[in-house]
Amino acid sequence: MTKESKQPADGPLAEDKNEEKGESGLHMNRRVFLGTVGAIGGTLLLGRPVKSHAAEDFEGYPNSFGLLTDLTACVGCRSCEKACNEENKLPAPDKPFDDSSVFEEKRMPTQKAYTVVNRYENPKDKSKPIYRKIQCNHCKEPACLTSCPIHAYSKTPEGAVKYNPDLCFGCRYCMTACPFYIPAYDYWSAFEPRIMKCTMCLPRIKAGKMTACAEACPVGAITFGKREELIKIARERIDKNPGKYVNHIYGEYEVGGTNWLYISGVPFEQLDFPTNLPKKPLIEETKGFLSAVPIVLTAWPALFGTIYAALRHREEIYEEEKGEGKKEEVKK
Amino acid sequence: MSTNMAVKTEARTENFRSWFMNKLLMGMTWPDYFRSLLTPFNIVAAMILSVGLPLIAMRFLFGLYTVTHASNEYPWGLYLGWGLFGGVPLSATGFVMATAYYIFGYKRYHPILRLGVLTGFMGYLFAVIYLLIDLGRPWRIYYPMIIGFGTQSVLFLVAWHVATYLSVQFVEFSPAILEWLKSQRVRRWAVMLTIGMTIAGIILSTLHQSALGAMYLLVPGKLHPLWYSSYIWVFFLSSSIYAALAMVIVVSTLSIRFLKNRTDQTFRESLPKLTLGLGQGAAVGMFVYLVFKIIGIAHDNNWHLLNTGYGYWFLLELLGFVLVPAMLFTYGVKKQNVSVVRFAAFYAVVGIILNRLNVSIIALNWNLPHHLLHIVPPWTEATVVLTIATIHILIFRWILNRMPVLHADPEYESH
Repeated sequence: MTKESKQPADGPLAEDKNEEKGESGLHMNRRVFLGTVGAIGGTLLLGRPVKSHAAEDFEGYPNSFGLLTDLTACVGCRSCEKACNEENKLPAPDKPFDDSSVFEEKRMPTQKAYTVVNRYENPKDKSKPIYRKIQCNHCKEPACLTSCPIHAYSKTPEGAVKYNPDLCFGCRYCMTACPFYIPAYDYWSAFEPRIMKCTMCLPRIKAGKMTACAEACPVGAITFGKREELIKIARERIDKNPGKYVNHIYGEYEVGGTNWLYISGVPFEQLDFPTNLPKKPLIEETKGFLSAVPIVLTAWPALFGTIYAALRHREEIYEEEKGEGKKEEVKK
Repeated sequence: MSTNMAVKTEARTENFRSWFMNKLLMGMTWPDYFRSLLTPFNIVAAMILSVGLPLIAMRFLFGLYTVTHASNEYPWGLYLGWGLFGGVPLSATGFVMATAYYIFGYKRYHPILRLGVLTGFMGYLFAVIYLLIDLGRPWRIYYPMIIGFGTQSVLFLVAWHVATYLSVQFVEFSPAILEWLKSQRVRRWAVMLTIGMTIAGIILSTLHQSALGAMYLLVPGKLHPLWYSSYIWVFFLSSSIYAALAMVIVVSTLSIRFLKNRTDQTFRESLPKLTLGLGQGAAVGMFVYLVFKIIGIAHDNNWHLLNTGYGYWFLLELLGFVLVPAMLFTYGVKKQNVSVVRFAAFYAVVGIILNRLNVSIIALNWNLPHHLLHIVPPWTEATVVLTIATIHILIFRWILNRMPVLHADPEYESH
């Protein structure tokens, strides 16, 4: 059975198998935002070739793009910040991009800056501080997307996590859900507040170009490419330079994997990367609960209806007995 | 002909005036009514509103930043922590009382049934009002219903359930409104719907009380492990049940203390006994919840975390605000002491709010630098919360003063 089920199901039995493994259909739908039973039915009817071994975990879009930040290479010039600002037509920064005094505090991306670079002391060599670039990591299975009640987020086949302000009503659950504290909100706008975050330069990628930050980096600290290739490159660098890197590609597995990857010379927790995250996507945490919902919807009316009926039944018996008792009294 | 019309109009005006005075001014004339409003409580309330209402106007004219310190790391503050996460469990009163009365057959609780339903309805209504303050674009609140279906989101579930349950609770409470308006026929329809509405209420309540907890399943990296648990939705659901029982005691105690003239003899005479019964239920519910919480610690093997700063805070919440009030309930019921049970109820309600604030604010983002400084709300946010809470109480009192909630309407047989 297991052997057989590993074969791609496109034979005459395909439809049955598809039905059996409706769950994988659900996986697809979750990603492509149809999310309705009708759509699943439609998918099955069309006999779309669904692999008969239901992949428990979404493997991400094959051939999606990603970026690899090599934290040992970054020199903190903030060219990426500047390029990002120009590409996304963001407001001018409070301090110019060549002002290194911004490194005195730890910054996070805001509604005015989709990416920021922070400075950390290098425990190996105090004269060479470490710089960490922060922006949306474009998770393979993003928690922002999972949390959004209106589907304002989508994961594109190119790898970007895309936000649509036309659908957003501003609950900001995506901000609570994001394990990396990335989505920024425009609290200062009364009528058109929206989430602001890195777009992975999706229009540029679609036009066959790399992201603005990667293009701007003068030292090659940001590599743009296919995520799968980037993992190979990262692995190679770590293997070829033992001692230079810690043996960890951040983003390879964190919360199910991210399209933005990092390699570093010091442990990631020293650079404020969240290191307490599960390896599985965060949606896995809510699946059990959500799958119980239709059960409750179906079972509760029957269960509580029965309890109600049982008590009425007892009342009736009680009243009948009382009635009979009275009759007997009358007979006497 | 025209004089005839005039006479008719005059009669209608006169009818309206007497209706208005009867229904809205509680049978008083305008000057009398105004004089009756000059109480210390109302003066304080007016002062709060005079500051808070302009703040709310500012929020809608100039943006959220005017009334909250919410940030990118701290997107939610008191509006949701207090208003939604704290308010909703205390509004489980409607579903708990209706289930007890209609489904389980606790017929003796009839005198406080409507009070429970009204508390629930008002609680949900105001949870939505807090949400409307906090949403970036509140005019899009219907979007999850029509525009986009985020079926993978727990919040999608919450949105649908709160919306439908608000309607269900309105139907559940509508007999009281219709009796007040003396509308016999519509009331009969509303009463016929009761059992169906009650069962719908159970479904919607069990699902969204637990869903509010399940919303936090997405943040294992942000919520302190003592509060984060794969059981968190069980904690939210089970605590909402004892919260409801305690809240009915709290509201009925306040009613008999401050609105005694609106209660009837049945209400006054039965309340002590019913309070003891509710207290007994609350005690059982609290011990069940306590065991669930202990199972939660054991399941994740978090015992070692108890001996940390957050661990002490967790123990204070669990022992000081669950175990102690649970024991007080038990003691009060054993000794048939209504005052002790009432005190325990207020205590338990504070404990529930503390738990929800812990999950949504205090233990969330606990690992960010200067966390405890970040969560102190600015005065504007606190004032807006106080303003909405005041309006909540004022409208609640307005209804209790007019509609048959604390007393039965003599013209109608028992519902």
